[in-house]
Amino acid sequence: MEGQEKLLEIHHLHKDYGNGAVLKDVSLDIHKGEVLVLIGPSGCGKSTFLRCMNGLEQIQSGEIRLDGEVITDPKTKWSEVRQKIGMVFQSYELFPHMTVINNILLGPLKVQKKEKKEAEKEAEQLLERVGLLDKKDAYPRQLSGGQKQRVAIVRALIMKPEILLFDEVTAALDPEMVREVLDVMLELAKEGSTMVIVTHEMQFARAVADRIVFLDGGEVVEMAAPEQFFTQPETERAKRFLDTLSFE
Amino acid sequence: MQDLGIRVLFMGNNFIRLLGGLWITVKISLISVGLSIVFGLLLGMIMTLKNPIVKCLTKIYLEFIRIMPQLVLLFLVYFGATKSFGLQLSGEVSAVIVFTMWGTAEMGDLVRGALISIPKHQYESGAALGLESRQIYRYIIVPQTLRRLLPLAINLATRMVKTTSLIVLIGVVEVLKVAQQIIEANRYTVPDSALWIYGCVFFLYFIVCWPVSRLAVRMEKKWEN
Amino acid sequence: MGVFYGRIEKLDTGFMAEYFPLYVEAAKLTFRLGMTGILFSLVIGVVCSLAGYYHVPVLRQIAVVYVELSRNTPLLVQLFFLYFGLPKIGVMLSSEGCAVIGLSFLGGSYMAEALRSGLEAVEKGQMESALAIGLNRFQVMRYVIFPQALATSVPPLCANVIFLIKETSVFSVVALADLMYVAKDLIGLYYQTDEALLMLVISYLVLLLPISVAAGLIERRLRYAGFGD
Repeated sequence: MEGQEKLLEIHHLHKDYGNGAVLKDVSLDIHKGEVLVLIGPSGCGKSTFLRCMNGLEQIQSGEIRLDGEVITDPKTKWSEVRQKIGMVFQSYELFPHMTVINNILLGPLKVQKKEKKEAEKEAEQLLERVGLLDKKDAYPRQLSGGQKQRVAIVRALIMKPEILLFDEVTAALDPEMVREVLDVMLELAKEGSTMVIVTHEMQFARAVADRIVFLDGGEVVEMAAPEQFFTQPETERAKRFLDTLSFE
Repeated sequence: MQDLGIRVLFMGNNFIRLLGGLWITVKISLISVGLSIVFGLLLGMIMTLKNPIVKCLTKIYLEFIRIMPQLVLLFLVYFGATKSFGLQLSGEVSAVIVFTMWGTAEMGDLVRGALISIPKHQYESGAALGLESRQIYRYIIVPQTLRRLLPLAINLATRMVKTTSLIVLIGVVEVLKVAQQIIEANRYTVPDSALWIYGCVFFLYFIVCWPVSRLAVRMEKKWEN
Repeated sequence: MGVFYGRIEKLDTGFMAEYFPLYVEAAKLTFRLGMTGILFSLVIGVVCSLAGYYHVPVLRQIAVVYVELSRNTPLLVQLFFLYFGLPKIGVMLSSEGCAVIGLSFLGGSYMAEALRSGLEAVEKGQMESALAIGLNRFQVMRYVIFPQALATSVPPLCANVIFLIKETSVFSVVALADLMYVAKDLIGLYYQTDEALLMLVISYLVLLLPISVAAGLIERRLRYAGFGD
């Protein structure tokens, strides 16, 4: 990882909802092409951390840089930054009043002002890749959870983001649909996409991650390669966390 | 001049007279609401019947009453009844008839809605506990129906009060008419009294309706599951 | 029933034909003023509901006070104040001006409430996911939030349109020759009560039935065909 280009740099990030800190002095660099997986007990701040990265949460202090430029400035044009930082949500959040294709095209047409024909072609290619081209004119309500989540991934991908954020994207899915979504993500990882993933699927984390970041109580407790982390965690807190999982 | 206009409210018994006029309005609404609740409960239960003729008739009644402006209904009863039955109905009586007809229609629809919204398994789970049918109604169905009904019925009451303002147009001496009389009587001494008197009537209505509609909102919030 | 049948027999059709054009004119006036008022009501409704949705300081508080004032007072009293009260402090409004302002003042709060309920029904995550693909706040409202809110709001909005047209029946108090005015005039002048009232009822049915039927159709379409169901 050393020597590689730093895509996202987070320095001394502090986040507070007014009743105690959620994130305390978190610092982290994400390199180009890297897959980072955030894990930790529920309420440890991992989702909040992810949401800070694209400005859905305001931070109290610290700094985030994208491609070397500070994006946590009050003057940040978030609509521009967010085109470079795609995000996929736990509850899909497809737009229920639009067909699949229109869900995907909203960004390219309204934000990037692309040609409709060209954007549509790209959208269809991406849908094909996730195996959903035949659902192009369906409404979200007609899709299964796994299908919705794959559409949501396409909706983020079509903006050609430099980095993708995944916020527990399989947590709301029925068990038999988890796989189809994880497969898409694995493939993206193989292609060299930069991704930050919050997940509870430990096997998947182990398979996909270049680096595991273990958060607890709003702090980065441990950061390691997956093999290292899952077999020989350094800290007591990480050990305890992994222990609780093995009893589940 | 403007600081003089308001004094007309406190001259003689003007303010008391306005309140008296308001009482006429409130009284007519209260009588109509009371009658509407009684007839509305009946109509609502009738409307849950499956008989097609009953369904059709109640539907026509409901739709006609709802689509006609209340003022048109007032005209129909006040002017129409006088001519056809030779009855010389007073404005007050016409108003009570019309608002009761209207309120019954609205209330009936609310009651019907509340009754059919109680899921069947509520009856069944009541029965499963070994309750008798009378007890099921007493402890399960009626309380739930009332909870749904009460806020809506209270809302209907404020609508009734506001709509009762129309009776001035069929010659009832209520708060607006009293206001006109006061303004007329002080035309030369206090020429700008209209602003203050009508402003006052506006707030009198507000003071009557606002607490009641707040109550409805609070009940609705409290009882929403 | 006999009473009614006898009266239908006795209806003076000549009289009705003669004065029918008066009703047509009055209905046109009602329709025109009603629609203008409804249009302004919608504008006021959008402004108030958005002020609440975005927690716009000051404007939001004003909207709350306005909605309460408007919803808890009758249009008739609002019109008396506008038409007879305001000129005393030099604000002279035409009859039509009063009618439209009064109706908009009343209707704005009803439209605001209808839209507010629609906006509240849109899931919070929709805003975030729309922001996340880079839409700005205006675009988020325009393409994502508002269309969804509107779909929920259509039934109450339609009900408000019908309600507001019915409310125009008090316009005669600001000296407008609306349907009630014509009917009352004919009753007062010629004592042709049956004919005048019958034409009055028919006029309002012609005015309101199509809207009511259309509203029913739109509502059904939204309920059964909405978003791919």
